[in-house]
Amino acid sequence: MNYNFLWLPVFNALPELARAALVTLEVSVVSMVIGLGLGLLLCFARRSDRRLARWPASVWVEVARNTPVLFQIFVFYWGLGEFGLFLSSYVAVVSALAFNTAGYMAETFRGGFAAVPETQLKAARSLGMSFIQANARIVVPQVIRAVWYPMTNQFVWVILMSSLGMLAGLRELSGETQYFNSRTFRTFEFFFAAAVIYYLIAKLVMLGARIIGWRLFRGQPL
Amino acid sequence: MNGSVFTALDWGDVFFLGEAALRTVQISVIAIIVGSLLGVLLGWTLAAGGWLVRLSTSGVLDVFRSVPLLIQLILFDSFVAIAGYPMQAFWSGTIVLSVYCAALVAMVARAGIENVGRDMQRASRSLGMSYLQTMRHVVWPIGLRTVFPSWIGVSLSIVKDSALVSAIGYIELLRASQILNTKTQESFKIMLLVGLFYFLISYPISRWGDRLERRWKK
Repeated sequence: MNYNFLWLPVFNALPELARAALVTLEVSVVSMVIGLGLGLLLCFARRSDRRLARWPASVWVEVARNTPVLFQIFVFYWGLGEFGLFLSSYVAVVSALAFNTAGYMAETFRGGFAAVPETQLKAARSLGMSFIQANARIVVPQVIRAVWYPMTNQFVWVILMSSLGMLAGLRELSGETQYFNSRTFRTFEFFFAAAVIYYLIAKLVMLGARIIGWRLFRGQPL
Repeated sequence: MNGSVFTALDWGDVFFLGEAALRTVQISVIAIIVGSLLGVLLGWTLAAGGWLVRLSTSGVLDVFRSVPLLIQLILFDSFVAIAGYPMQAFWSGTIVLSVYCAALVAMVARAGIENVGRDMQRASRSLGMSYLQTMRHVVWPIGLRTVFPSWIGVSLSIVKDSALVSAIGYIELLRASQILNTKTQESFKIMLLVGLFYFLISYPISRWGDRLERRWKK
């Protein structure tokens, strides 16, 4: 192997890479929050009695789950241009990731609600709780419990997939790495550093979710 | 569009897309087959190995699931180049995608073996079956049933993730559509075609997987 690894440019760029990692986190959190909200709406829409609510929601969920995320990012970034709708890299990537997350979370929420037997709601109502009380105190905590781990997996997955922002001109961690790569041609060194940062972020998020989950659901059976 | 540098979408372009679609299928199928074989082997290691083997294997596999696939592709591609063995994008893409698939399948395979349970394995051993016979006639058929739907899910995600191989210069379906976008400026039509292709592969198979899962649960 006739190659001298040169790590100095990577060390010099670490502050910029760290800042870009924050952009990655920001993009992921924003996409995740929007995706969760939309996913919940989609889940309700799919359970609705109205065809006009059920049908578009199902199309959304199936398209989100059955096409590549990169394809979805490209549709938001380039595909909408034909209609005169030009989104910035940031908005396009966040929209695509939120669109995708909503599709996956709608299914997860459906499973979560299905895990709470309807008799529990009836029992709570017959104990004198109002509909809102019964949902807030009996149903929702159990749903959160059921979707917690799939949700954290989805979040890690969103963080990893936000790296595709690089291909749509977004300067998050991967995009910033690519920028430094284009200036120094130290491809391996820079992307190795990016890989380490992604790994650390993923592990920290997982650990945090474990700890929060453990605190929230202490003493509850799975 | 007189005098424009862009040309309209024609049949040659559709053919170009079709060829690229075949390349998407090709790289996915190879990666799924190689990755699944490797993954089952790794999953067996995870389920049956000693603690040191288990710990190190799961630690290494975890890296492939915690680093973006895009970064893995670029890293591997640049590594073989600086090591003096530059590869065609197809090969480095296939290798990375196979290993990534193996890391995902390993978790599925381990779950399958563990679902069968130690008691069942002990029972078959005490009936006089050898370890390999137990694996072949008891663990494999029962375990496969419990995790086959998850394996379908992993395989479909490999088909979708094969789109990322475009980043290291392999012209598969998504990359081909981008080339046509710049040539014809009819991006939405092309994208609709490309999305439909992925959807038509993924949707029926995932529905089939869901049905199997529901039927086998009974």
